[in-house]
Amino acid sequence: MADIIHIIQTKYYYLVVIFLMMIGLYATISSRNLIKKVIGINIFQISVFLFYIAMSKVKHGTAPILWDKSHVYDNPLPHVLILTAIVVSVSTTAVALALIINIHKEYGTIEEDMILEKQKLDIDRSNTA
Amino acid sequence: MIDILLLLIIVACAIFALFMKDLLSATIILGVYSFIMATIFTRLNAVDVAFTEASVGAGITSVLMIAALSRTKRYEYHYTKGQRKKPSALFSKIMSLVLVIVTGAVLVYGTLDMPEFGDPEAPTNQHVSPRYIEETHHDTGINNMVTAVLASYRGYDTLGETTVIFTAGTAVILLLRRKKKV
Amino acid sequence: MKEHIIVRIVAKFFTPFIQLFAFYVIAHGDLGPGGGFQGGVILGASIILYVIAFGMDEGRKRISQKVSDILVSTGALVYAGIGILCILAGGAYLEYAELPLGSHHLASHLGMYGIEIGVGITVAFVMITIFFETAKKERTDS
Repeated sequence: MADIIHIIQTKYYYLVVIFLMMIGLYATISSRNLIKKVIGINIFQISVFLFYIAMSKVKHGTAPILWDKSHVYDNPLPHVLILTAIVVSVSTTAVALALIINIHKEYGTIEEDMILEKQKLDIDRSNTA
Repeated sequence: MIDILLLLIIVACAIFALFMKDLLSATIILGVYSFIMATIFTRLNAVDVAFTEASVGAGITSVLMIAALSRTKRYEYHYTKGQRKKPSALFSKIMSLVLVIVTGAVLVYGTLDMPEFGDPEAPTNQHVSPRYIEETHHDTGINNMVTAVLASYRGYDTLGETTVIFTAGTAVILLLRRKKKV
Repeated sequence: MKEHIIVRIVAKFFTPFIQLFAFYVIAHGDLGPGGGFQGGVILGASIILYVIAFGMDEGRKRISQKVSDILVSTGALVYAGIGILCILAGGAYLEYAELPLGSHHLASHLGMYGIEIGVGITVAFVMITIFFETAKKERTDS
């Protein structure tokens, strides 16, 4: 029991990250709506950012902007990696949304089930013709 | 204390975004989620990342989502009770829940071996970054280490990233731009 | 939004200040938080605000499709071009310190400014382009 409390006390950031990640994963795989899936992917991505930033924190460290030689600084490398990842995440979101708009133009719906039904209908029609 | 409060708020935001049927509300809650995440980043001293998250995650992503919603549908399709109770729908829901719980359990198991939060002896903080922290001022003469690493030490990364953004812009133009009538 | 006078006036009033802040963020990336990405996104957001308040056609009058398309690729070219300049000056690709701009530190400083500006241009105009294309009004008659 004491072990569990110790783990929660020292690693609560990681546990919250895992919880958020799983919410995002659930939203991505279980929802039928495509925009809901994109929202799930976003939740997942942002939780991964938190994971990296939590790893970069050093006890009693300050922000990695030099102003005094004798200070302890946080680790700047994860910050750089995540800066890159945030901008890439908005690019992927934009492309996903563009694809969804095109799907809506083609099928008139953004629900997965209905898109599959319409595809089935199209195949049947082309077989009979 | 405030950290724990912020983490609780963010978990609540994620859960609400998951269960919201109105996609516009879900998008706004996602924006709130991003913004509170930016606050947490500030608490963790990652000021550059917080700045980017607030402007990109909370600003631009929400705007793009709302723009996409304006061209698709605002509400999720409301399944009738019969459709929801169908064995296949129920089965897929239970299977995804099982998958999520198993993945989460594996990740929690992996976390047990992680170094403690804020540990200066952690491998992450031992390897390359001491060099960055000590040499940045001598090598480049600028004070913001994040900018120095981004633009100078890891310039190739940033070049690749700029290319990714450029490619995304090109892809969106190709997918959505209408041809002019000839 | 065309009929809401408050929205229009506030948008018109704030756009230049947001742009000024964007340039400040791009230029002061070496001293504090900020840099090309953040500044570029803020610059894009100012124009998106203008477009939301005044409509697509008015926005396209200010920034035509041709100009924004050219600027999207200009930013990436500025970045890559500075790398090539470093090779011509006798260093490795993106080794700013070799640029012939006076001292070692000044050269690397200016080189970093250059690529931040390139990143800012690309990010700003990609965001504007994506917004214009995503939010385009559907013409129902065709």
